[in-house]
Amino acid sequence: MTVLELSRWQFGITTVYHFLFVPITIGLGFLVAGFETAWIRTGHDRWLRLTKFYGRLFLINFAMGVVTGIVQEFQFGMNWSAYSRFVGDIFGAPLAIEALAAFFLESTFLGLWIFGWDRLPRPVHAACMWIAAIGTLLSAYFILAANSWMQHPVGYHYNPISHREELTSFLAVMTNPEQLGTFPHTIAACFLVAGGMVTGVAVWHLMRRPVEDPDTTAAFRTAAKVGAITALVAAVGTMITGDVLGKLMTMYQPMKMAAAEALYHTAQPAPFSLFTIGTLNGSRPVFQITLPRLLSFLATGNFSGQVKGIDNIQALYSQVYGPGSYTPIIPVTYWSFRLMIGLGMATALIALVVLWSLRKGRVPAASGSRWSRLLLWAVIAMPFLPLAAMSVGWIFTEMGRQPWLVFGQMKTSAGVSANSAGEVLASVIILTLLYGGLAIVEGGLMFKYARAGLDAEEPADPADGDQEPLALVY
Amino acid sequence: MHLSDLWFIAIAVLWAGYFVLEGFDFGVGILLPVLGRDQARRRIMINTIGPTWDGNEVWLLTAGGATFAAFPGWYASMFSAFYLPLLLILVALIIRGVAFEYRGKRGSAAWRRSWDTAIFAGSLLPAILWGVAFGNVLHGIPLNAAHNYVGNFFTMLNPYSLLGGLATLTLFLLDGALFLTLKTMGDLRREAMTAARLSGVAAVVAGGGFLAWTEFSYRAAGHVATGVASVILASAAALALLTAVAATVGWGITGRSGHPREGLAFGAAAAGIAAATAALFTALYPNVLPSTVNAAYTLTTGNASSTAKTLAVMTVVACIFLPFVLAYQAWTYWVFRKRLGAPPQPVAATEPQSPQSPQAPQAPQAPPQAPGSQQPTAVS
Repeated sequence: MTVLELSRWQFGITTVYHFLFVPITIGLGFLVAGFETAWIRTGHDRWLRLTKFYGRLFLINFAMGVVTGIVQEFQFGMNWSAYSRFVGDIFGAPLAIEALAAFFLESTFLGLWIFGWDRLPRPVHAACMWIAAIGTLLSAYFILAANSWMQHPVGYHYNPISHREELTSFLAVMTNPEQLGTFPHTIAACFLVAGGMVTGVAVWHLMRRPVEDPDTTAAFRTAAKVGAITALVAAVGTMITGDVLGKLMTMYQPMKMAAAEALYHTAQPAPFSLFTIGTLNGSRPVFQITLPRLLSFLATGNFSGQVKGIDNIQALYSQVYGPGSYTPIIPVTYWSFRLMIGLGMATALIALVVLWSLRKGRVPAASGSRWSRLLLWAVIAMPFLPLAAMSVGWIFTEMGRQPWLVFGQMKTSAGVSANSAGEVLASVIILTLLYGGLAIVEGGLMFKYARAGLDAEEPADPADGDQEPLALVY
Repeated sequence: MHLSDLWFIAIAVLWAGYFVLEGFDFGVGILLPVLGRDQARRRIMINTIGPTWDGNEVWLLTAGGATFAAFPGWYASMFSAFYLPLLLILVALIIRGVAFEYRGKRGSAAWRRSWDTAIFAGSLLPAILWGVAFGNVLHGIPLNAAHNYVGNFFTMLNPYSLLGGLATLTLFLLDGALFLTLKTMGDLRREAMTAARLSGVAAVVAGGGFLAWTEFSYRAAGHVATGVASVILASAAALALLTAVAATVGWGITGRSGHPREGLAFGAAAAGIAAATAALFTALYPNVLPSTVNAAYTLTTGNASSTAKTLAVMTVVACIFLPFVLAYQAWTYWVFRKRLGAPPQPVAATEPQSPQSPQAPQAPQAPPQAPGSQQPTAVS
């Protein structure tokens, strides 16, 4: 493989992996802060137990997000140095500001939260989690602004003397229309993930151990409800913002929109296919379920709007940007787009069913009926479905932009470092093995503590003797 | 002064902060198998840095981000040139960070032992490699006309840079050992002081030698003022380190408790590390990454920097956020200012046990207090 291919694989692997932890951090941080605030406001023990239970899961997850995030910041320079030189004047600032404004907040206030249980007054302690959660939002804003700039560059000009892009308006970069769609869409999806996780774990406990003490049942019931409502609201949020993003995509990156549908020829109106069997790239469908006119609506807001086709855009771009392929890998874009929507909607559906099962004080139980078995499997899947939706969503966004690294400005092939293939192969192998190993460790801990129930303490240290170990300390 | 000069200084400050702060948590990590003879001790040692190591590491991320934003040419060439060393550092920082969070999450002794090893290795490797990397920056690396690296991994292992690695290792050991003397009590505190003495002597030799070699051989020619400043800063660093060593052996200056002046020693060591970092950056200026192939290919604050517009935006942003960052990081150290460790001993003057009264007028790095002011449970 070439340095370019290896570097792309590495960026893909490390970024998708990193972004498994990010949405849980963002969404769950706010929910844990909410639980703790509810505890302080009501004084009810149930909220404290939920705070500690989900707080532990949050921290196990957060650690991975932090350490895999360092790789992200370094590899722009390590693997994409030509890109870094070309766009650093614009792209570097959001990264630096992210570290200064967000990473310090997150790391410092989470340190206070973990170790501060007996050293800070309750409201201050809860405030630490709120501040850390706000830090995660800030972090998301700056990094998404950087990504949005790659999708739709604004606020810059090309300097032919220095051969690079230079900033003309920082405000324009920060208020990029693409960003104004991407940020709420991503954050809504983060809450979908966190809601799915909170609900999934809670309902699983309710169904597995229905006859525990009533306080525990009540606590998990509350968590399931909070999580399901969060997931539902978030799902509606992703739909509204996704609709906005679809229209922006039609405007800024029509090729990506065409690739999302594998629409080869400009159509008016254009249908949306739910499912296709045929050639892998969708050029000759054998069997297709289509909803007429839906793509026109998604792309333009008008059921009879025109959607440009891949071949037509390819011909146009060849004229504008010179000869070459401007078409992304269609099977990837086609299926990732569908999976993103489908998995997200499935999560919302499960959240609805969970809310129904909790109606009027009811507690879902494992009765052995087909319905209850189905519900059990659904809630077990619930934390993973939105996470998978998020991953394929990013794969769609990034692969759909290809061959561009910065749309219309720099191709991915032009951005890579002049490293040797051996070096990059070594890093791909080392990082993949390391990440794989850590996935087993992290997954094992998440399952252990998710399964252990509300009052699981961390194992007592043999050296502590009779001393009772504090939860949430190393 | 150009804004690019200001940002060169800002990046120097970020690295100095990173080396002082993460320096001591690297040092504690490396000392873990040395001083952490039993489970309880290791736990205490790790908990001295538990609340703050992550915040310390953000200084590195900010330095990296600031380099990207202010000097994209420097960031691109340096990070791609140091590809394998940075990969090793990344792997080390990953396993180390995870180790802190996960070591207490399962009961088995083997589990903890593995993570303790990860903390040791994950602290040792970067502590050496950062010095080697800085040595190479000062020394210069083979950069071609396109500012791309044309050497290999072994190009970086020159004697001067390896001495740089030894310098950062010993300095961080000193920093960590002294931090432990401030944060622990009893035998651990005493043994940490012994470790500080030994590593202090080594740090004076290795750090002093590295600085002297820098001043004689690798200082950028051109500016008389920065040359003089670099020599002064290097001398100040040496003086501060000697002060730290003197304080560890208690030459004529012991605290009330009969212990050596731990606060003074730590402060002097931290000042020494900061001054040494400043001396290196001043010696480097106006270059940021010299080329050993051709002086014309050298990256400088001029040819590697962002536009004045970007630098102005960054300056405004830094002025807004930096004061808050410094304030709340200082506050964390204040909240977790107490010593951790041994069970309460019978003591006359016990500090009031009020974790919720951070208003007491005392500096975060207070001189040694009476031992036994801490509940043993609070360190678990």
